[in-house]
Amino acid sequence: MTDANATQPGAGRPARSSSLLQLDERTRRRNASEARFRLYGMAAVGIGLAFLVMLLVAILSNGLGAFQQTAFHLKIELKQDVLDPNGNRDIDEIKDAKTFAYSPLIREAVLRQIEAYGIDTPLSEAPVEGFSSPLDNLFSSGARSTLRDRVIANPDLIGQTVDFRILASSRVDGYLKGRVDRESIARDKNLDTVHLDLVDALHEQGAVEKEFNWDFITGPDASDARPEQAGMGVAMLGSFFMMLVVLGFSLPIGVAASIYLEEFAPRNRFTDLIEVNISNLAAVPSIVFGILGLAVFIQFAHLPQSAPLVGGLVLTLMTLPTIIISTRASLQSVPPSIRDAALGVGASKMQSVFHHVLPLAMPGILTGTIIGLAQALGETAPLLLIGMVGYIASNYPGGVAEGFLAPNSAMPAQIYEWAKRADPAFYERAWGGIIILLGFLMTMNIIAIILRRRFERRW
Amino acid sequence: MYDTPKVENDVATTDIKISAHGCQVYYGDTHAIKDVDIDIEDTTVTAFIGPSGCGKSTFLRCLNRMNDTIDVCRVEGDIKIDGEDIYDPKVDPVQLRAKVGMVFQKPNPFPKSIYDNIAYGPRIHGLAKSKSDLDDIVESALRRAAIWDEVKDRLLAPGTGLSGGQQQRLCIARAVATEPEVLLMDEPCSALDPIATAQVEELIDELRGQYSVVIVTHSMQQAARVSQKTAFFHLGNLVEYGDTGQIFTNPQDQRTESYITGRIG
Repeated sequence: MTDANATQPGAGRPARSSSLLQLDERTRRRNASEARFRLYGMAAVGIGLAFLVMLLVAILSNGLGAFQQTAFHLKIELKQDVLDPNGNRDIDEIKDAKTFAYSPLIREAVLRQIEAYGIDTPLSEAPVEGFSSPLDNLFSSGARSTLRDRVIANPDLIGQTVDFRILASSRVDGYLKGRVDRESIARDKNLDTVHLDLVDALHEQGAVEKEFNWDFITGPDASDARPEQAGMGVAMLGSFFMMLVVLGFSLPIGVAASIYLEEFAPRNRFTDLIEVNISNLAAVPSIVFGILGLAVFIQFAHLPQSAPLVGGLVLTLMTLPTIIISTRASLQSVPPSIRDAALGVGASKMQSVFHHVLPLAMPGILTGTIIGLAQALGETAPLLLIGMVGYIASNYPGGVAEGFLAPNSAMPAQIYEWAKRADPAFYERAWGGIIILLGFLMTMNIIAIILRRRFERRW
Repeated sequence: MYDTPKVENDVATTDIKISAHGCQVYYGDTHAIKDVDIDIEDTTVTAFIGPSGCGKSTFLRCLNRMNDTIDVCRVEGDIKIDGEDIYDPKVDPVQLRAKVGMVFQKPNPFPKSIYDNIAYGPRIHGLAKSKSDLDDIVESALRRAAIWDEVKDRLLAPGTGLSGGQQQRLCIARAVATEPEVLLMDEPCSALDPIATAQVEELIDELRGQYSVVIVTHSMQQAARVSQKTAFFHLGNLVEYGDTGQIFTNPQDQRTESYITGRIG
């Protein structure tokens, strides 16, 4: 109680504000703006989620088809008088029967099946012999050579009637998947509605089925005319060898550089300059690294074109800044008290770094490395310049050395290549390839999360 | 200006372990330690007291050259341990730090097992010839730090899982495991509760038998309890250095008296 209060109660105090039960104008405005901000935030998150859902729906609806492939199951009689006229099973003589010799065998098998099921179709009159037959359009143009390869691999099959799985042509495949309809077939010169009727009839009998398409995941790419045979397998190996190169170069170089810069290098203008430039390098467009790789690795060092080794080196350049930045960040996050403790018991600088700081920074380093690798895995532009895009990856590498040095493609390059081709069946495969690529990226990110959780230590 | 009263009457009774003369420390342009002269005795607890920022921790870190790790820090003058200049270019700071152990403000055990925390120093200095040697070193270090009974059953448990006071004693054990001759403690109890503080103080008193202990503390009561000698720092100057009893009861300098009675600091 002051004197003023004693003489005139309440005079020295501010006037009583309005009741707490009633919001004043200012508070109301403040609350309203807070509510608005929350709405903005939720709208932003909502838009983001909507795009994500759209992306996933688009990818899955377009791409899942690639994981299924239509095939005929035919009993093919491998006639000895066609394939091995002398009957001595000499492999060179069997090889004399070219792929054309196998066409009539397949046609005959279809006609037999038409007869067996009693299907009424004008195609039953189709010629068996000859250079071409309307029946051929039902099958992949690679079917004959697949059959021939099987016979050459196992000549004992000659003379028998064997169950074979013969890939359907991309249009028959598209018809069963709903990609091709009867209207568009009318404009197609390879296939007409008569074929589709036959396919429907055979499908009812179970002679044509959609099956899971392992070849898409493990198989090599195929030429323009055979989308039904194209697979991602060889490009995956290309990506794998590239990632080995990236890991082998960028992890040791990146970690060594960051440890030196963070723990040993003096702080002066020169190291500041290096630091700024490393941050800038992380933002350099990848195509710039591509042309650098072209100039240095191919034109100057004469490394083979289109080789995963070169691709890996280019991607190493690209990944290094990412790894250095994340490694330095995780080295910085190790508390200085740990360094003090190590130095305090008489450890040298290097001992304190390698015995104490580095193990504690490991989860961060690994996470950064994996994120960098994932980035590199999805990179297409630099590969364009060193010839890994546009290369048809149709051969598996013969060994580890060839895996690094033989021309190959990479997953994103393969996807780009498919998306470029005319046949809509390739378009479907491009989406399918994206599913595989995203599968890899997701796996890598999950590994990064697990490693971080696993090795994170509290102190 | 630096009219430090020389209290050398009972210095003669014990050996001088550390002697600093004309010691100057600069952090860039800041003159952090100004012309400090001090003789620190063996088998004695010497306390550095003073208000925050007075340079007592900085000076402590000069004694095992921990300031070397700070780029902008520059030390002048000479600091001798057993008559050898520790800033001589021939001296390797790593060897020095094995001889001058240090305990920090915040308990900072390595995120490893209790055993490895202690064994680390002896391992890198090659003090143990065999596994059983190492076991003995670990046990005796833990015993000297008065924590053996608490941890003997869980030597392989992480050191970071101990309580704060146990962690600090673990750090002391880690420091004594390398057989140092001097033990520097930078506010070793500031992060501890009173019970843990009491345990650590008791330990410091025991350690006095074997080491020259230098302790930086904010608590004047603590200085009075554990130390035999006290040095009062103010604004980078060593204002007064003498027997603890005398500093606290009969300070010679006006600034010391003001600090002790709570008028500055």
